[in-house]
Amino acid sequence: MNSFSYVRPDEIDVAIDDLSVHHAAKFIAGGTNLLDLMKENVERPARLVDINRLPLQTIDDTAEGGLRLGALVTNADTAYNEQVEKRYPLLSQAILAGASPQLRNMATNGGNLFQRTRCYYFYDTDMPCNKRKPGSGCGAINGYNRIHAILGTSDSCIATHPSDMCVALRALDAVVHVSGRLGERTIPMADFHRLPGNTPQYDNTVQPGELVTAIELPAKGFADHYAYLKLRDRASYAFALVSVAVGLDINNDGTITEARIALGGVAHKPWRRPESEEQLVGQSASKEVFQLVADSIIDGAKGYGHNTFKVELARRAIVRALMQASKLEKIS
Amino acid sequence: MTQYIGKPINRVDGLDKVTGKARYAAEFNVPELAYGVVISSAITKGKIVRIDASDALSLEGVLQVFTHENRPKLAWFDLSYKDQDAPPGSPFRPLHDEKIKYSGQPVALVVAETYEVARYAASLIQIEYEEEEHETSLEANKDRARKPKSGLASALKPPPPKPRGDFEEVFNAAPVRTISRYVHSVEHHNPMEMFATTVVYEKKGKLTIYDKTQGAPNSQLYVSQVFNIPFRDVRVISPYVGGAFGSALRPQYQLFLAVLAARELKRSVRVSLTRQQMFTFGHRPATNQTIALGANADGEMTAMYHEAISETSRFEDYTEVVVNWSGMLYPPENVILDYKLVPLDVYTPLDMRAPGGVTGVSALECAVDELAYKLGIDPLEFRLKNYTERDMNEDLPYSSKELRECFRQGAERFGWAKRNPEPRSMRNGSNLIGWGMATGIWDAMQMPARAEAVLMVNGKLRVSSATADIGTGTYTVMTQIAADTLGMPVEDVLFKLGDTELPLAPIQGGSWTVATVGSAVKAVCEDLGKTLFKLAKKLPGSPFSKVDYQDVVFLDKSIQLKADSALRVSLQDVVDSNGGRAVRETSTSLPNMLQQRKYARSVHSAVFAEVQIDEELGTVKVTRLVSAIAGGRIINPKTARSQIIGGMVWGISKALEEESVMDHQVGRFMNHSLAEYHVAVNADIHELDVVFVEEDDTIVNPLGAKGLGEIGIVGVPAAISNAVFHATGKRIRELPITLDKLL
Repeated sequence: MNSFSYVRPDEIDVAIDDLSVHHAAKFIAGGTNLLDLMKENVERPARLVDINRLPLQTIDDTAEGGLRLGALVTNADTAYNEQVEKRYPLLSQAILAGASPQLRNMATNGGNLFQRTRCYYFYDTDMPCNKRKPGSGCGAINGYNRIHAILGTSDSCIATHPSDMCVALRALDAVVHVSGRLGERTIPMADFHRLPGNTPQYDNTVQPGELVTAIELPAKGFADHYAYLKLRDRASYAFALVSVAVGLDINNDGTITEARIALGGVAHKPWRRPESEEQLVGQSASKEVFQLVADSIIDGAKGYGHNTFKVELARRAIVRALMQASKLEKIS
Repeated sequence: MTQYIGKPINRVDGLDKVTGKARYAAEFNVPELAYGVVISSAITKGKIVRIDASDALSLEGVLQVFTHENRPKLAWFDLSYKDQDAPPGSPFRPLHDEKIKYSGQPVALVVAETYEVARYAASLIQIEYEEEEHETSLEANKDRARKPKSGLASALKPPPPKPRGDFEEVFNAAPVRTISRYVHSVEHHNPMEMFATTVVYEKKGKLTIYDKTQGAPNSQLYVSQVFNIPFRDVRVISPYVGGAFGSALRPQYQLFLAVLAARELKRSVRVSLTRQQMFTFGHRPATNQTIALGANADGEMTAMYHEAISETSRFEDYTEVVVNWSGMLYPPENVILDYKLVPLDVYTPLDMRAPGGVTGVSALECAVDELAYKLGIDPLEFRLKNYTERDMNEDLPYSSKELRECFRQGAERFGWAKRNPEPRSMRNGSNLIGWGMATGIWDAMQMPARAEAVLMVNGKLRVSSATADIGTGTYTVMTQIAADTLGMPVEDVLFKLGDTELPLAPIQGGSWTVATVGSAVKAVCEDLGKTLFKLAKKLPGSPFSKVDYQDVVFLDKSIQLKADSALRVSLQDVVDSNGGRAVRETSTSLPNMLQQRKYARSVHSAVFAEVQIDEELGTVKVTRLVSAIAGGRIINPKTARSQIIGGMVWGISKALEEESVMDHQVGRFMNHSLAEYHVAVNADIHELDVVFVEEDDTIVNPLGAKGLGEIGIVGVPAAISNAVFHATGKRIRELPITLDKLL
């Protein structure tokens, strides 16, 4: 770990200004990922701007009938928030599928969006990694890649985004509010994380100096028909090999009117394919239909050796999550 | 008199541990302590061409950067670097020269006034390497397998016995045969406490060393030899160890580096390793095994072939007993057991809970299950049919073997009789259910040890031996033995360990501590009792003046006449009569070799597992595990149960999760963190049930106790693998059984 300076401003503008005028400055909130990365010399900020005192600590109703999650509300407080549990149980479950109680008590909603990949080569500064050190190569593509991506990969990076929360946010079409020196803007979850391409060093589309202030959930929460299915190498405290967030609207005669299906653990961002979801609209829930949709979602998926099993696992996981969301199968 | 032996008393060190009073190697603080941070090699094989430490050295607070270029001259001969657990070969010497022998090898130590500065300085050091091609894959190099070199270690780890009968002929003629290959890769111990050493630099260069070790005398020996310091000037203290599982049987490199820095800087130094660096020394070796079994139509096993090929380093021949268990557990008369090594560019492997035992038995007990299925015989019935009362390798009777009773009680507790033998026949909703079982075996060894017992002037008893307590319950069990031997309440007994000023004991390993140190404690307390009795006889008006020692007992802090407990002398009165001095004895306990060598001495277990498998998604849950143990006399059922449960949890972990994955292109373990090296978490563990079967043994040692440190894990992975087969019909022969293998 390098030495760094540290400030803890009380106001949003001050925090943003401070970050903008200092070289290699980073925001820190819960620190559950950044501090690990600093200890490993993966992140080497010269200055930490502690945002924990900024007024971003509440969960509020929006005029549009949705919910606005303050960036600094912890993952635990969000998951156990009464409104979230009632109206967005998918989000609540996704959050609780991640990390451990201790980590969720520290980790914030804003910070969760900025989690960095768990790629072994990214974490080991003696290994090549285009994400950590652009141009140094990718150790994972021909190396050990059990936890790596099968969709949206590039020749320079096959890392995944490790978050559970973000998979649910993507399914719910959440919108991220950011604030910068030039003012405020919103970024739909669809555009927040990005695919690696030739520039895997960029995980997301937030610009330097911008601060995430809130995550807005639209009114629609799919509280009647939802599932978050996470498959991993042990029952708790492990990142997803594959996870699936499903939200369905099913009308009284059993016809699906809307479907959202997002995958975690398979790509550099939470993965969705709206045209595949469309195939479900107007259909009745059945395993056969779900299998067709699953095939369509993972169309083009490609394994790299150790992770090739993920292609089939993802297919089965999508079907299972759809079965659970449509209540054709109980959640065990 | 057994007021305490056999009772589930609480750990005597429990309160200190949960309140943080118990201090570990990196928690002993002294003024002017300097901090060392280790830099690990970025390459796997080759040499260091250049080290530029100038940026680090110019930082305020940096005291020195030690490398092979500036280290002092140290012992020359290999022998000086051999610790008590060193296998044959040439031990690794940190900072010896520019050569890199394995990935993560320590190449420099940065020492600074604070840990933070040392850590930062370490990141500024530039090292240039010249790489050479490395070989790290056991599979790719198995053609190079050869016989291990023999050395002193083979006394404790005997090589496989010579072939007996005619395997080939009998196997080829056998009506029912199986041949299978079993594989598992490297595992690391990963105790919670990282390796750390605090060296306190005393007057005249004497060293007091707080080290994480399973044997303080072993660390003392190593430091004394390598740095050429007399024993009396090196004191090693290690009162508590935050888990070790074998990893602290050998001194690790932080001890060497901390001592080197302290002597060069003439000040106290602490070196702690990081979690990532916990993957840069000994480990359970990757092993490939081939087992061929033949049986006649009646289900009698007639032919057995068990071959194991393990990895070792290029510099030492680490060996394990992997295949011998097969010849000990089953009676075929036509047997070939073989064990070979492949030297690779890795660090020397190291004993890890049931080393070799869990490796060999995991494969053997799956192979036996396969054979039972081929014969159409229930796996439990098959084992009873092929039960042996003798160790067929040595052709010796067992000193005791209540394995049959383990099978009976374990099966009953588990409900084995209700099992439908057909694979894929049992379900819970949409999940498949599988029931599997396996046998476990481990040695019941006893070593020589010394102990001291002191009746102090305040009437309390202090007993000591330089053994260790790696969390197993040594403090508690020794306190019980001493208390019972001299009729004292445990509250009045203090047991001390982990200090080279105490009487010599062997390293804590091999499940031998209770048998070894317990026997020494019993012996020294008996000797002290005799001395106390002599003093009691001399007391004015002593009721014992005409009484013999065998006519008295020690009870209620007094010596009492067996025939009339009213005739007694309190121990306080005895010590008061000793001129204001405590009464002390030191004794050595030696195994009764003449008697012991006539018997095979083992601890046994029968393990029954239930798994629930989501076949579509490949997820496995071990819903129930029953372990029936024949472990001789159980000194403390509570700490004993904890030992077994710990082994069972690890067995689940080993069967389903644990694997240090090496990228052979770079020769480096890549999942070197506890986030990615998976050990079982609470959510993975469900019903665990432990049964201790009665077993009387007068041969193994004077206590009749067999060690329980290893046996808890031995049969578990095979029982789970067999349950997975019963559930799915799929035989997974490569551990761990991760979900992708079941898709």
